[in-house]
Amino acid sequence: MSEPAITPELVKKHNLTTEEYAKVLEILGREPSYTELGIFSVMWSEHCSYKNTRPLLKTFPTKSPKILVGAGEENAGIIDVGDGIAIAFKIESHNHPSAVEPFQGAATGVGGIVRDIFTMGARPVCAINSLRFGELENPDVRRLFSGVVSGIAHYGNCFGIPTIAGEVYFDKSYEGNPLVNAFCMGVLRHEQIARGAAKGIGNPVFYVGPATGRDGLAGAAFASQDLTDESAQQQRGAVQVGDPFMEKLVCEACLELLATDAVAGIQDMGAAGLTCSTCETAARAGTGIEIELDKVPQRAPNMTSYEIMLSESQERMLIIVKAGREDEVKRIFDKWDLPWAQIGHVTDTGRMVVRMGGKIVVDVPAKKLADEAPVYHRESKEPEYLKAVRAFTLDGIADTAIPVDHLKALLSTPTIASKNWVYRQYDHMVRDGSVVLPGSDAAVIRIKADSLPLLSEELKSKVTEFTGEKFIAMTVDCNGGYVYLDPYEGGKTAVAEAARNLACSGAAPLGTTDNLNFGNPHNPELFYQLKESVRGLAEACRAFNAPVTGGNVSLYNQNPNGPIDPTPTVAMVGIIEKKEYITTQWFKDEGDVIILLGDVADKNDQLLGLGGSVYLQKIHGKKTGSPPRCDLEKEKTLHSTLLGLIYSGVVKSAHDCSEGGLAVALTESCISQNIARETPRLIGAQIDLSESKDVRLDALLFGETQSRIVISVKPMDAVKVLERAKLMGVPAAKIGTVGGSDLKVKTVAGEFSAPLTQLHDLWWNAIHRAMQ
Amino acid sequence: MNFAVLQFPGSNCDQDLVHVMKNVLGHSASLVWHKDNSLAGFDAVLVPGGFSYGDYLRTGAIARFSPIMQAVQQFATNGGPVLGVCNGFQILCEAGLLPGALIRNRSLQFRCENVFLKTATNDSPFTSKIPSDKLMRVPIAHGEGCYFADEPTLEKLKANKQILWQYVTDKGEATEQSNPNGSLLNIAGICNEARNVAGLMPHPERASESVLGCVDGKLVFESLIAWMEGKSVAKAA
Repeated sequence: MSEPAITPELVKKHNLTTEEYAKVLEILGREPSYTELGIFSVMWSEHCSYKNTRPLLKTFPTKSPKILVGAGEENAGIIDVGDGIAIAFKIESHNHPSAVEPFQGAATGVGGIVRDIFTMGARPVCAINSLRFGELENPDVRRLFSGVVSGIAHYGNCFGIPTIAGEVYFDKSYEGNPLVNAFCMGVLRHEQIARGAAKGIGNPVFYVGPATGRDGLAGAAFASQDLTDESAQQQRGAVQVGDPFMEKLVCEACLELLATDAVAGIQDMGAAGLTCSTCETAARAGTGIEIELDKVPQRAPNMTSYEIMLSESQERMLIIVKAGREDEVKRIFDKWDLPWAQIGHVTDTGRMVVRMGGKIVVDVPAKKLADEAPVYHRESKEPEYLKAVRAFTLDGIADTAIPVDHLKALLSTPTIASKNWVYRQYDHMVRDGSVVLPGSDAAVIRIKADSLPLLSEELKSKVTEFTGEKFIAMTVDCNGGYVYLDPYEGGKTAVAEAARNLACSGAAPLGTTDNLNFGNPHNPELFYQLKESVRGLAEACRAFNAPVTGGNVSLYNQNPNGPIDPTPTVAMVGIIEKKEYITTQWFKDEGDVIILLGDVADKNDQLLGLGGSVYLQKIHGKKTGSPPRCDLEKEKTLHSTLLGLIYSGVVKSAHDCSEGGLAVALTESCISQNIARETPRLIGAQIDLSESKDVRLDALLFGETQSRIVISVKPMDAVKVLERAKLMGVPAAKIGTVGGSDLKVKTVAGEFSAPLTQLHDLWWNAIHRAMQ
Repeated sequence: MNFAVLQFPGSNCDQDLVHVMKNVLGHSASLVWHKDNSLAGFDAVLVPGGFSYGDYLRTGAIARFSPIMQAVQQFATNGGPVLGVCNGFQILCEAGLLPGALIRNRSLQFRCENVFLKTATNDSPFTSKIPSDKLMRVPIAHGEGCYFADEPTLEKLKANKQILWQYVTDKGEATEQSNPNGSLLNIAGICNEARNVAGLMPHPERASESVLGCVDGKLVFESLIAWMEGKSVAKAA
């Protein structure tokens, strides 16, 4: 079959600029073949190369003594958690595919991140996700929302991984461009870390997993351009189709194979498929790689080299096997009834050479292709809209006169309401490790011996068997509205909230993985959002000693109506040193004393925490105002004080104040414990805020001032806790008592109360109602 | 006691059953690959949850043809106890070892949540140690757990006391609200006429350790172990 001639139009169609194409010509010393053009196009897309963000990503803190595999080194970062055990984790986006085909787009997003984890030699043990959609009044948003959730459920449930936490926000800016960020964590021993490197000249290269089809052609390039109606229509074919059953088999077979020590290197075929996996493994090892496409299992007839190299068919792996050990691959993959093929070998040429039909169709220097993508320092300019945001005051905003009605309205807002409609579709308990289920500030998972991959015979004799348990907490957070209104503060707050959620569960941070979801980087105002929020994220990750171990960048998130709210999603993982420290957000026993750690409102903030709040958006229809400030020193002291109290055994519940402020946090502590189907455990509270005389009522109840945590303690411990907090320099006050079947709140403006059954119904069923 | 935990391609609760039988209850348990054809040396067979063969065609429909299932048939015919959990229940129905079928949840959605179960009879190896007034709190996690059978089959199940567990409220009532999937008669689990083969949709192995929030599920396994121990004492005598 003759290949198209390389014309400027064809180059442009591949999203390569004139300068980029000139660089291709320079690297090759000749005109590329059609397949090579496709290869450069995908490898130099933002999705694979981070060409627009690399200078920013370098500013993240990425080191700590616990980091065993750092950011950018491999498919996922790895952190030591003690006793020879480590965790591998990463978050990745599948936004554009989910916009086009929500079910498969989201499903394959889960598949891709799970593969990244077992590629590292780790056994995937849990998943979490972060989702953004438009408002549920729009039927098309409902279609996307339910499609994405069932896609995640389909893949995760069948694979057998518990999806144990997540967050969902609904905002008009995400209409037509939903965000689907999927996170996976795996567990392994230090000695079991596998590398994606094509080591050992002459070693055979194996392809394992299902055959290659035309699906997902050039998905990485698709993800790196603005999403328009037209592109979505055209690109439907760029969305891959996932098969979680196949992935389960491939995972088990790969872990079994890794335990034989026959593997020299392993890499999944994710974005840019066979292209990315071959050139990256060679680049990492400083070797070359040669493959024959005629040997690649193919699902469709007459596939061209271009199609085979760029296909993103799912659940495929590239394995570099130690020469002489080929039979072990065959034995194990035959056992699991999986296709395999020996397609090439490692060379010493430093080149990635691809043959088809006896001819060389690709011959490029692997390292230059993988590592020397152009890097751009994009122009940034402060967006015009920020002037109005900063100028906003509360002058024209009447204080609340009907606080109980406003509380009910906030509890029924989908962003604040319970997400049980979502997580009850996910198997969140498989693998017998889910200690804190979805619905508290952070999920907690137990690691035990069978969380680990199989040990090789050699390792079995070398290491002491792990018989204990470890408890890992994780959370994912980002208030995109805050980031829109103040990219720097919003970035800091995303990290601070994640760290606060971990602290509330009794965990100290280990590390962070971030997913930067932004608009078109060529727009200086949008690039400003990216740059400033990265500055905030980096500063906060440093402050909380939660270095970034990897992540993902998704740009060009916009729909015909404009860009999304900038959304740098932060997934943070922490360790809970002892089982006794595990803490949940709901009140436990009648008579317990409720204490607020932190200020009632930030008096240095002229909006008192109402800027960007859900209250201001939902009740007053205004998405503006500078969002709450985030003082990192204050926040750190708060977390260490809370953890100290938890370690001393006095904290019975801890819940942070976030969207909806103190009133929503208190209500959630009363109603969020779920015993079983249709069986919540409701426990009331009498709250007295009448001491706070100089704060507007709406700011007091619904303001979103940062650095605040509601805890409950036994009456006999209350004085001790207040003193301890004061000693640490954390404002603390007794604000009420647990008990009864209502939430009663006394303020200078009077008292209001509501039965918990009603509050629970509004909060628990809001999304069900919106979806009916 | 020595438990066989079957492993089909796509099983994903296999390890959880091994963990509970070994580490929580102190018995021996090992995985038996679906291509094996012998169950020699095992005292009981556990068929785990998951998505055997990806649930393609119909849940459990392909797994029943795996070589090990012939051995399971023989094991059951000889009176050996067989317990299927979730997908294991579906496989046992497909294999004809249990009557009826499990079809899609009435909500058409996957459901993962804790439910309350009432034990309808103590007269089975799987329920003998469950106090008759005990409400067990056990999680479910399935998309196709709606128990369905024709009227004569249901009558027979009732007459022979083959219904072992029903979905109930926290007050012990079998209502429509307490039924998470639309199962006829709120059926969560049943046994065969000979009473040595049982299946249930909820996952007792996920409710067998206090760290996971509930230990009610352990009662099912403790019943089975007590019944087997009683049998071996009888044999010895």
